[in-house]
Amino acid sequence: MSLNDLFKQELKVVNLGLKSFHNDLKSQGVTVVQVNWKPKAGGKKNMLNLLSKLNKVKQS
Amino acid sequence: MIDIIETANKEALEIIQNGQPTLIGLGIAGEVIPGMAKDLFLHAGPPITWEKMSGPLKGGVMAGLMYEGLASTPEEAAEYAASGKLRFDPCHHHDAVGPMAGIVTSRMPVWIIENKAYGNRAYCTLNEGLGKVLRMGAYGPEVIKHLQWMERVLYPVLKETIEIHGPIDLKIMIAQAVQMGDEVHNRNKAATSLLIREIAPSILKTSFSNEDKIAVLEFLNSNDHTFLNLSMPAAKATLEPAGKVKHSTIVYTMARNGTEFGIRVAGLGKRWFTAPAEIIDGLYFPGFSMEDANPDVGDSCITETLGIGGFSMATAPAIVQFVGGTPKDAVRYTTSMYEITTEESRAYKLPPMNFRGSPTGIDIRKVIETQVLPVINTGIAHKEAGVGQVGAGIVHPPMACFEQALEAFVNLLEDEGLLED
Repeated sequence: MSLNDLFKQELKVVNLGLKSFHNDLKSQGVTVVQVNWKPKAGGKKNMLNLLSKLNKVKQS
Repeated sequence: MIDIIETANKEALEIIQNGQPTLIGLGIAGEVIPGMAKDLFLHAGPPITWEKMSGPLKGGVMAGLMYEGLASTPEEAAEYAASGKLRFDPCHHHDAVGPMAGIVTSRMPVWIIENKAYGNRAYCTLNEGLGKVLRMGAYGPEVIKHLQWMERVLYPVLKETIEIHGPIDLKIMIAQAVQMGDEVHNRNKAATSLLIREIAPSILKTSFSNEDKIAVLEFLNSNDHTFLNLSMPAAKATLEPAGKVKHSTIVYTMARNGTEFGIRVAGLGKRWFTAPAEIIDGLYFPGFSMEDANPDVGDSCITETLGIGGFSMATAPAIVQFVGGTPKDAVRYTTSMYEITTEESRAYKLPPMNFRGSPTGIDIRKVIETQVLPVINTGIAHKEAGVGQVGAGIVHPPMACFEQALEAFVNLLEDEGLLED
């Protein structure tokens, strides 16, 4: 199926990321689900660094 | 092979799951709380000085001074509190917890809870009811008069009642209440009813006058929050032994003093990690708005630390009429708390979640990784001393508390040489 054929059908969208994309589609009557997703540790480098250090903790 | 953190967290969770909080009696704070003294006032949340206290805490301290007979007017009380003659310490440093301002003075009657599995005890004052009350920072003559009635009538009747009845298993009572529409933080209607049903015959058997017995039963029945001051020390008694497990990333204390929010993590001992307390998003009583609100205050989020309260809101859909939102939101709150916890309670089963156990054992790593903050439902005190409650709502701890704790935890493991290069 080509991409154009896809858009001729009823769209059912799963949106990750900016909620405004979800809101825009919803306002046009598109069936859309917003996934409550955030990058790990909110993308904060210092926190990602601390979490990665804990992956190297010694075994008991 | 699993790492030392997983081993430690398993041990901490086993302690929490095995806790047996039991009401064993009542006593006077100055006689039963460790380290309590006439010149020492306990307060909610992490440590704080008089100068940095918010309105509700200052109001509670002033009420406490007048109740203790150390001051006769609010002005005298404020002067006394600022004079340096009075010491302040968190309830949590003395095996105690206090709702809202959480002020405990030496004359106050307290419930005594024992964790039968580990032998430790926790203490909490008796709930004063709603309206103008010390815990919300009110200090008028009616507040002091009511505290005196609690000491003169309520306390001796309840003390003798529990002596006649014998110990009451609070774990079972809470487990029943969460199946009856309570989350035992801001909704305690079922739990209070269960308590009254349990102790009413023993109240009748006490040696006091019918007038006193009737007054006690009427007061308990008029106050849905009677059980809050039992669910809180029950949670405290359950969590406290887990706070001694080395290398565990499980949170065993969350508390607010109205200025700062503080957490304590098992593997980091008694150290507090604090940040400015948040303003609460909620429903305000007529005539009040967010402008009037004090930042988050009270030790009552010890219930959420255990996985009840806001963590179990799904089981208490009626509470949304008090704190805002919809029953669907309540389910969403509980569902999201499984993201940041380690186990499901073996005791507290939630019917609307298909009898899943309540989300138990907040892991600081999960909070940082998912950026999902613990959800707390709470009363809102007016920011000025002397006014009282102005609403109720939903609030979260500041993320900074968890970020500081994670950093301290990694530093500790590095110092101990427990991280591979």
